[in-house]
Amino acid sequence: MNEQSTLAIKELLYKMADDLLILGHRNSEWTGIGPMLEEDIAFSSMAQDKIGQSLALYQILNTLGEADPDTVAFTRNAPQFHNCQLVEFPIGEYDFSLVRHFLFDNAELIRYEMLAQSSYEPLAKVARKFKGELKYHKFHGDTFLMKLGQGTAESKERMQKSLNEAWNYALGIFESVPHESTLIAEGVWQGEAALKARWIDAISPILEQAGLEIPAESTWAPVYGGLQGEHTEHLQPLLDEMSEVFRVDPTAEW
Amino acid sequence: MKIKSLDPRITRAGIESEESMEIQLQPLDHFETYEVFHQKKRGTHHQHVGTVHAPNPEMALLFGKEQYGRRGACVNIWVTKTADIFASDYDDSDIFDTTPEKLYREAAPYKVMDRINEYKAKQAQENA
Repeated sequence: MNEQSTLAIKELLYKMADDLLILGHRNSEWTGIGPMLEEDIAFSSMAQDKIGQSLALYQILNTLGEADPDTVAFTRNAPQFHNCQLVEFPIGEYDFSLVRHFLFDNAELIRYEMLAQSSYEPLAKVARKFKGELKYHKFHGDTFLMKLGQGTAESKERMQKSLNEAWNYALGIFESVPHESTLIAEGVWQGEAALKARWIDAISPILEQAGLEIPAESTWAPVYGGLQGEHTEHLQPLLDEMSEVFRVDPTAEW
Repeated sequence: MKIKSLDPRITRAGIESEESMEIQLQPLDHFETYEVFHQKKRGTHHQHVGTVHAPNPEMALLFGKEQYGRRGACVNIWVTKTADIFASDYDDSDIFDTTPEKLYREAAPYKVMDRINEYKAKQAQENA
């Protein structure tokens, strides 16, 4: 690997790992207050999966010369995070959290399917390892979306409203890292635009069957900037809470 | 009067309910229950592992996986409505009692282990 492709791979890893860490932390905020005991456990378990996946990616970054995963996860401030803005929004009501989970996890499953073919072997290896978890996450998101879209007038209206609110932020998932063309040329992966096209194809029939409508294409305005450290006011409080215990004694052994 | 709920967390919290809040739970005010069976290895039998609340079999599967399949080995899950299980009555549990004078149909009295061990010892001797 030359210097430029290493740099581009690091950017990609940071982006993916930060998305997972932040959304994993957000979703864990439902632990103990989920709508029913079974779902509380399921949603919390998936949040833990996400944290575990982010750890695997931070470990790869560590082998590329970045700091150890705990330092990377707990000592950066908002402007140093590369996640998209979608994942940092507060959990809101359960409809919003479910819609975000549906949109994000459908993209994740395809992203890691693509990365399983990566020429960068460490990434291909973890992508294959994540497959089962991601498949379940999609199954969970699709099932809830379908049931609530086809449920009562209120459940449908709530899901549609959350979909409308989340949509442009969801498009922001697909912000390309600098030098993405290098990654595409070297077969690391096919890039965000290809992923986005496959994602639209994947979620459209599910949303249609659920009786929900994707906002009109003329209104699409992807919210980018997260990758460069531009975040909403919601991220820093999340980081403060997440790292509160770590900062008490950064050298403690857990 | 403390609030009682099918959700044990609510019951444990010991929240005092106001008289006006008193709600009598009817059957199915909560979701139905499904029984969950999991299979550790392909080809082995499914084992009953517990119960989940769910509005339909698909969701029961979704919850069954996380409640009972997320730790340890599992390759397959069955769910079935608790109400669909046809069970014997505990009052009839005496049907399982049996007169003890039928040792010929129990496997235990056959003293086969001695003969197996004897055979193994012989084999070992011959191979030595």
